[in-house]
Amino acid sequence: MKPTRKLKGAKIGDWIIVLIMLGLIALCVLPVLTVVASSLSDPGAIVRQRVSFIPRLENVTESIDAAGYVVMDRTFPIGVHFEAYTDILGNSNFMRSLAWTAILTLISTLFSLAMTVMCAYPLTYDELKGRKIITVMILFTMFFQAGAIPTFLLYDQLNLLDNPLVLILPGFVSVFLMIIMRRFFLGIPDSLRESAEMDGAGPFTVLRKIYLPLSTPVLATLGLMYAVGRWNGMADALWFLRGAPEWHPIQMVLFNILQGVTPVDPLDPGSVSTAGRSEAVQAAAIVVAMVPILCVYPWLQKYFVSGVTLGAVKG
Amino acid sequence: MCASVNWKGLILLNKAGSYIQRYWTLYVMLLLPIAFFLIFRYWPMINILLAFKRNNIIDPIMQVPWAEGVEIFDGAITVPGMSNFQQIWNHPPFRLAVRNTLMFSVFDLGFGFPAPIILALLLNELKFKKFKRVTQTISYMPHFLSWIIISGLAIRLFSPSSGTFNSIIGSWGMEPVQFLSAPNQWVGMVVGLGIWRSVGWNTIIYLAAITSVNPELYEAAEVDGASRLRRMWHVTLPCIRPVIVILFILALGGTMGADFERFMALRNHAVISMANVLPIYVFEWGLGNLRFHWATAVGLFQNLINLFLLLGANVIVKKLGGQGLW
Repeated sequence: MKPTRKLKGAKIGDWIIVLIMLGLIALCVLPVLTVVASSLSDPGAIVRQRVSFIPRLENVTESIDAAGYVVMDRTFPIGVHFEAYTDILGNSNFMRSLAWTAILTLISTLFSLAMTVMCAYPLTYDELKGRKIITVMILFTMFFQAGAIPTFLLYDQLNLLDNPLVLILPGFVSVFLMIIMRRFFLGIPDSLRESAEMDGAGPFTVLRKIYLPLSTPVLATLGLMYAVGRWNGMADALWFLRGAPEWHPIQMVLFNILQGVTPVDPLDPGSVSTAGRSEAVQAAAIVVAMVPILCVYPWLQKYFVSGVTLGAVKG
Repeated sequence: MCASVNWKGLILLNKAGSYIQRYWTLYVMLLLPIAFFLIFRYWPMINILLAFKRNNIIDPIMQVPWAEGVEIFDGAITVPGMSNFQQIWNHPPFRLAVRNTLMFSVFDLGFGFPAPIILALLLNELKFKKFKRVTQTISYMPHFLSWIIISGLAIRLFSPSSGTFNSIIGSWGMEPVQFLSAPNQWVGMVVGLGIWRSVGWNTIIYLAAITSVNPELYEAAEVDGASRLRRMWHVTLPCIRPVIVILFILALGGTMGADFERFMALRNHAVISMANVLPIYVFEWGLGNLRFHWATAVGLFQNLINLFLLLGANVIVKKLGGQGLW
């Protein structure tokens, strides 16, 4: 009697958890789905609140009723059209920023990875003189920063204001990611290094021939983190590129579009479907800006999960 | 005598020589990263002095005259250079920013901190492995969206005229919820979106900690007839407590701060005073109104309080016998 009751209870519990998780999935996916649906819908259908999670078109048929009035008959069948995408992809401002952000993300990720390795690898040598001081100096910056205005004033002195380099240089090394890299290096058995050193290999050769080839998973993780940070970042552009809109990364351009600073609506103001049209174009811009990352991250899940875990281990 | 000293010196030199020969590549590698930290992290710290100086960003910081002193204890003591801090303290928008920042931090800690722990406990109990993996992948997704994109999603969802959420509850005959323009609803939305963005991602650490729990403990609990909830409460939670404590200390270290992009992206004219958190205040009054000395003082105030909270929490945790950060 008792065991069966227990088993039954456990099963119900399992299904309750599954239900909760389905709710969570819906919560994550539905907001994104709304935007995708609006980007593919007819502006008229958006304005008339017919679009929730499925893209809809708007068909208008006119007829004249018995009293001689023109009657508009609207139907909203399910369907897609790509006008919003042709609008946003035809927007030279948006497209230039998209290309620039892609290049920028690539460059700054590569440089950041190189700098992070160059920082983390020497700090794995216990016998390196000055290692402690350098480590403390680096870790201190995690807990105390100069603040926005002092940084702004320095960039002014260094001529980095309105200079595209300001989007690359200050983000070279993330201390958190450097710690992950170092912990991964420390996990590589010393015997590998020692046997290479017996054969006369110097530290640089050991790094190139042994450590780096073993580090592809963690390099992929860090690369993803740096790339996501750069692709999604806009605070630096807002602070430091005020006079150089031509260098604005995609998030900054998107911010201006969503705030209504940059109009994306190709129609005349006052036209009937203006509101819906600009909403559709904004939605398309959002989709274009988020798709690259959403396509990449699931493939790297195994790696970043272990990377984050490495960062959390105390030591 | 003389020769032997030279000989010893030579050995030392030789040792130093072979040390350098062995390790010079490592120092060369470190050159660029160290230069990076010195230039981009330490050099700007000199400009923190502006917090104690008059508002002048034309002259080199060393030549700018000090700010006036502040009299305390009815003029018994004058603390030099503190007038900027006195001025911001008497500046109503600053007080509002402190209040708002603390309010959002309390909500984020109160609701956002436990959320991933609960989710991790539930995910751990999920029996269907494939479904679990898919759930995890999807729950990580919001972490990869920028605040700008999330603000776009929020407008599409919550716009009173055409937002999906309000259309749906409208079709049920309910009044639209003014998530974007009514201050209280807006605060709820900002906190909710914060949880939405981070809850899945933050389970990663807790799930890793849970996998290292000794399975014998669960078996023992099961033998004792402990229900699922009791096992969560009496086995899993105590086992991952060190991780929870460390993450809580780190979270406390951000109490006097806020994510600039989050508030920049989500704010609008109707809620402008609610969205006035410290980083926004620094941006508006520093860059917008050119009160560089004030904004520097605010930044310093914010950083010092965060550092103090972090260290304080760490000390308390250690006193209570837990594992601290170091």
